[in-house]
Amino acid sequence: MSTPQPPHPRERRVIFKNIDRPGWTNDIGAYLADGGYAELKKGLAMNRADIINEVKTSQLRGRGGAGFGCGMKWGFIRADEKKPIYLICNADESEPGTFKDRYILHQDPHQLLEGMILSCFAVNARLAYIYIRGEFPQGAKIVERALAEARQHGFLGKNILGSGFDLEIYVHRGAGAYICGEETGLIESLEGKRAYPRIKPPYFPAVLGLYQCPTIVNNVETLCNVKHIIRMGGAEFAKIGRPNNTGTRLLCVSGDVKRPGYFEFDCGSITMGELLYDICGGPKEGRKFKAIIPGGSSAKVMRADEVYKLKVKQPDGSMADTQIPFNDVIIDFDSLAAVGTMAGSGGVIVMDDTRDMVWALNNINAFYAHESCGQCTPCREGSLWMQKITDRMVAGIGVEQDPKTLVTVANNIAGRTICALGEACAWPTQSFVDKFPEEFAAHAKSHLPHNARTAADVLAPDRAATLSH
Amino acid sequence: MNSPAAEPVAAPPGMVNIQVDGTWVQVPKGTRAIEAVSKHGSFVPRYCYHPKLSSPGNCRMCLIEMGSPKMGPDRKPILGPDGFPETAWIPRPQISCATDVAEGMAYRSHSPLIDECRKGVMEFLLINHPLDCTICDQAGECHLQEYSVEFGQADSRFLEEKVKKPKKVDLGPRIVLDDERCIMCSRCIRFTQEIAHDDALGFTQRGSHTVLTAYPGRPFANNYSLNTVDLCPVGALTSKDFRFKMRVWFLKQTSSICTSCGTGCNTTIGSRENAVYRQTPRENNEVNSEWMCDYGRLNFHFLQDEKRLTQPLARQADGTRKPVPMKRAVEEAAAQLRQFKPDEIAVIASARMTNEELYLAGKLIRTLGVTMFDVVPRPQQPDGILVSADGNPNTLGARLMKVSSDDPGRYIPIIARKVNDGGIKALICLGEDAAACGVNLDVLAALPCVIALAILPTATARAATVLLPGAGFTEKRGSMINAKGRLQRLNRAVEIPEGAGDDWEILRDLIAALGGGNGIYTIEELFKQLTVDAPPLAGLSLSKIGDLGIDLKDQLSS
Repeated sequence: MSTPQPPHPRERRVIFKNIDRPGWTNDIGAYLADGGYAELKKGLAMNRADIINEVKTSQLRGRGGAGFGCGMKWGFIRADEKKPIYLICNADESEPGTFKDRYILHQDPHQLLEGMILSCFAVNARLAYIYIRGEFPQGAKIVERALAEARQHGFLGKNILGSGFDLEIYVHRGAGAYICGEETGLIESLEGKRAYPRIKPPYFPAVLGLYQCPTIVNNVETLCNVKHIIRMGGAEFAKIGRPNNTGTRLLCVSGDVKRPGYFEFDCGSITMGELLYDICGGPKEGRKFKAIIPGGSSAKVMRADEVYKLKVKQPDGSMADTQIPFNDVIIDFDSLAAVGTMAGSGGVIVMDDTRDMVWALNNINAFYAHESCGQCTPCREGSLWMQKITDRMVAGIGVEQDPKTLVTVANNIAGRTICALGEACAWPTQSFVDKFPEEFAAHAKSHLPHNARTAADVLAPDRAATLSH
Repeated sequence: MNSPAAEPVAAPPGMVNIQVDGTWVQVPKGTRAIEAVSKHGSFVPRYCYHPKLSSPGNCRMCLIEMGSPKMGPDRKPILGPDGFPETAWIPRPQISCATDVAEGMAYRSHSPLIDECRKGVMEFLLINHPLDCTICDQAGECHLQEYSVEFGQADSRFLEEKVKKPKKVDLGPRIVLDDERCIMCSRCIRFTQEIAHDDALGFTQRGSHTVLTAYPGRPFANNYSLNTVDLCPVGALTSKDFRFKMRVWFLKQTSSICTSCGTGCNTTIGSRENAVYRQTPRENNEVNSEWMCDYGRLNFHFLQDEKRLTQPLARQADGTRKPVPMKRAVEEAAAQLRQFKPDEIAVIASARMTNEELYLAGKLIRTLGVTMFDVVPRPQQPDGILVSADGNPNTLGARLMKVSSDDPGRYIPIIARKVNDGGIKALICLGEDAAACGVNLDVLAALPCVIALAILPTATARAATVLLPGAGFTEKRGSMINAKGRLQRLNRAVEIPEGAGDDWEILRDLIAALGGGNGIYTIEELFKQLTVDAPPLAGLSLSKIGDLGIDLKDQLSS
């Protein structure tokens, strides 16, 4: 790992305040010395309903990828609920291009715990789990230690800080599957089963979640934000960023830029151009930006030379056609959705003109084909089919109909599966072919040997040899 | 718009209004959407959905369009002029297998979107499915084939290599798995978990490489395993007993019942050219749902055994047994029996006989004036699923026809003792083996008169002074009353082997030869006669029993 960069002047470090800070350690001593767990004391003195209201007022949106309103999610729990209520921290960060939660787990676990204890108190959960992906063994150890420290200090266990509130938090480690980041798949996994996402309806976690009890599943970054909402109040929090896109946002920039890394900005305070050029130093020497995936590998790809034609609401309420070049696209939930992609998990993957888009899509396709849980037909069969097509195109044996087949296969997946992995595996294909048709057309030239009837014959040469003509 | 406010249409209690393909209908609350739409609209194809199992919603074949009532600002449905709510259609297709109908919901089972969805799913299911229908046992009753024709497309766009998976996997003593054919619907997994209470099957691996498997070292061997072969919509799970034996479209289907225990599972017998190839369960929610145990399912091969008895025999004056025609054998039996006093004769009958046969057995007993008679009891361990505590299929019939007492079998040891003591000299064994009842083999061999109605060469058949080869359950018509008091019907799937006879006709002729007969020519007439003597059956006929049987619990207990 390269030496940490100091925060860029345009950054506002809230969640990442202590990440890579000189002298900072991840033990409770450093956290307490920094004023840690003060918000816990403050929150425990509040009414549950008031905390939920503060979170609603803050307009905090989930940071896992879908951007669902956190307060609204909490609001699904009935105040007079008789069943036990569970809260699960989703630390199964596995969306390619995303590495923000790992920093929190490794370097500031108590911030997560404080946010989590507050959230549990708010929704009246007495038992909570931190589901950590199998590939984070170090993170799991650190969080386990932090939990022990918090227990020692009376922040966990029976009668926390004399409030009468009891809470226990356990770490559960995944076994290495992307699908466990899908909240109902995560719940199944936590119950000891294969992480097959559940059908919704009826299995909405807030109604029938873990062990068929009401369950809140929140992302690591989302839970950290709760601490800061209690600190500054929901209304104050909502002033950061833009309406409906409040708070700060962690961005993980990777790929072909001079200075990749993590950043924290007020939500919507910078544009794509500012991020890529001003913050990340622009493209590498002699190269040009070609493609950017703005929110983790499942987000639809953007073209660096595209000018988006949008209808934008004017101050007088009318709609007018506006042209927005890629560099001017604001990075927040709504602006990225308006140009047909998403803020997702905040993983910004940058590709320059040395990258072959078919190769890049093939790489993504391989990931989703590998990670499809296999439960429902379209994603199970379609994800591997798309990979096989791009395998072939990359190998130089594409056929003319490949781009069309790719898109129709993707269209047959998106919107027809149990969970969002259907969309996650279809969107890259749909957008790559749509945005870079010329590259796909170039790869769709048939280089088939004259004696092969299908590409499959070429990919399995031992069989092609036995063909009779 | 100033149209008068429409009155909402209220459904009767327990019913809801739903719109299916543009028409409003009323269906019972709690109906699955897929069932309601298939009934009132057009059939919704499905692979993973099964009405008797939980709904995982994974195959995506049953996607339809759904809509809920459009709500006004007052949170009440906006009504159309017909009094029914206007519909807000959900833009994405929805699975119909996992949700129940609700008031005001609307469904479309056909639309360009839905046709496209089905085409897509069919294509996905087929790209990695081996197209080996020509050698697949499921061909002819394969949902993949059927829906391909109805909802799929003719051409394949798939140019790649198919996924390779284990073939010919030995899943257990009765099941072979072809993982490449598996479409991962998970019906078998759910069945063995939810119905057979044996968590024996599961998936391993991920994505398109997912394989169905049993736990290593633990064969899938429970007594209900073969139901998964029926449930499997494709040819992934096949029965070792049936695979490669017969194309299913050649099979004649005969509705009958299983006679392996007191449950009387309803069955379909699959036969061709006078040979039975398989038995499969037939749905009867009062008896066996859609299942049957493996033991009962496979318990028909003995009827096609090469040891099957087909030649009537009669002992001659010189002590040798000679083949005779059935008519002669019956006359010979009557002649032999006339040599003995009633208290020297005993009848060991069987609760595996039909009511009709038992009725005639009762007549025989009373014609001869025999007082020593009973049926052989078969108590066994029930399994809490389908296997009954009574191993006999017609114990209640035996009691009703007065061939046994209220305590079936209590006289069997007494009869055996009396035979062994020499008090009883003539034994009539109807489908049972006296040796298995405690009669000593040497005593049996030395008895001056043994009339045996038998199918297989038991010790009794070998000792018989008159051997009357009878018919098996797949070869006869008649009725039985199961352990819960349900009257059910057997039907003939195959002919009785040349030389053997229909048990009721043999008994009728024997009674006639003993001088107590009247002319009964059909099984229908016989049933009619027995209803006169057995009041709980009053007013019934064989045809009235129907394919699902009649509950006689109350009539039998009064």
